[in-house]
Amino acid sequence: MSEADGLVRLRQPIGVTYNWSAGPNATSHLAGLMAGKFIGKRCPSCALVYFPPRNGVCPKCAKILAGDVEVGPKGTITTFCIVNVPFLGQKIKLPYVAAQILLDGADISMQHLIQECEAEDVRIGMRVEPVWKDKSEWGPSLENIQHFRPTGEPDRVMGAESGAS
Amino acid sequence: MALRDIAIVGTAQRPSEVNSTFTSVEILLPVIQQLLDKVGIERSEIGFWCHGSCDYMSGQPFSFVSAVDAIGAWPPIIESHVEADGALALYEAWVKIQTGEVDVALVFSNGKTTSGPIDQILSLQTDPYMVAPLKPGFDALAALQARACLEAGVVTERQMAEVAARSRRDAHNNAVAFTKGNESVDELLAMPYTLNPLRAHDCATPVDGANAIILAAGDVARRLAERPAWIRGIDHRIDTQRLGARSMITSSSAAIAAQKAGVAKDRIDVAELHAPYTHQELLLRNAMGLSESTHINPSGGALVANPAMAAGLARFAEAAESIFAGSADRVLAHCTSGPMLQQNLVCVMEGE
Repeated sequence: MSEADGLVRLRQPIGVTYNWSAGPNATSHLAGLMAGKFIGKRCPSCALVYFPPRNGVCPKCAKILAGDVEVGPKGTITTFCIVNVPFLGQKIKLPYVAAQILLDGADISMQHLIQECEAEDVRIGMRVEPVWKDKSEWGPSLENIQHFRPTGEPDRVMGAESGAS
Repeated sequence: MALRDIAIVGTAQRPSEVNSTFTSVEILLPVIQQLLDKVGIERSEIGFWCHGSCDYMSGQPFSFVSAVDAIGAWPPIIESHVEADGALALYEAWVKIQTGEVDVALVFSNGKTTSGPIDQILSLQTDPYMVAPLKPGFDALAALQARACLEAGVVTERQMAEVAARSRRDAHNNAVAFTKGNESVDELLAMPYTLNPLRAHDCATPVDGANAIILAAGDVARRLAERPAWIRGIDHRIDTQRLGARSMITSSSAAIAAQKAGVAKDRIDVAELHAPYTHQELLLRNAMGLSESTHINPSGGALVANPAMAAGLARFAEAAESIFAGSADRVLAHCTSGPMLQQNLVCVMEGE
């Protein structure tokens, strides 16, 4: 409490601690990341493969997801954004590329960083692969991957065959 | 404009648990599926979906959006969410059907009450400038109210213990209840205070839970249920958020809501009151003018299972089920929200 300007000021931060459960369906996905693998889940009804497995359910069919499916590790850029604007708390050198990546075998894309190439060379259909951090830094998180980088393979034409993404 | 006849035609509740390892979406999905199967209706026949939950309970902004995954939003659906108990979502769905835009609505709510310190989380509903920074604690606010009621002679500790004893006994007949007991009133009075003048059994049992209800209009309701629970009156009133500016020994919002909902027009067979503290049940009974002949909380009420943000809708489910079963003809369902009975929603339902 301070009394500058004749005003009484009170600073009272409020914090709450939660026990957040990933749920049985997302658990195999998180355990997979700790083992350096991409584990997705298949919908028992429409057979789409979800990576990450969202909240453990297929939103199209309203069904609990069933079997584990290993996807990736390579994938294809489905869309991207070149970030040029600095903002508070920024950790990565500008400009950088945030991309939606469709891992091979998955039906929904995930967002990650693209590095080890010029931002202007990134394009839809570009093939990419993960660069993992040192194992000592791994946890149950997609942050185990430092970034994705181009593989140099021919581009994949994105179209009807690329599932529901 | 004449009001449409709208009824509850089906309910489903998930058995209470604590420290659930499922996500909110995984908790909701089976109970919604169970309800659709029970009523015998396809997803595509639901004209409106309405959800009640609270982001503060999961500590995740916009966490309610993910609940849409549990209802299957493809092809696109019409849905809405209230940051409140599912009973308020039911009120919104009732209004939606009244507009004539839809005939059938599915209302659902969920609360993972045990994943955080619910006593502190709920007290964040208080005025953010003058009260919340003091971190009063939800139970402590209720204890202040109970103390005021005792000193004014509006309730006695024995009456409070009677409410607890009856609720814990009735819980044996409720599959979704969590706390059960057979203690006598004297045994309960011999227990120590946990937050003077409240004892542990005076406070609701926080549990993780979910439930869902289908509302339908007119002939659609008659097709979907043998004996629909027709909503004859529904009203929601709020007392001021300034804790010092309202009476702690009465509930004017509950009294007005009950009057507007038409509670006094005829006898009430069963009243499911959402009273998270024993003295609050006594206050509500007084405010609504319920007589001795009304069976209060045959389910055991929120005292034996209080999934926050779902416990009010659970009262609607329990009250409607007693109409379905034919054990009651005119029932009352109630939901409260906010500290010390700040908000009250009252609904009267009848069988035909």
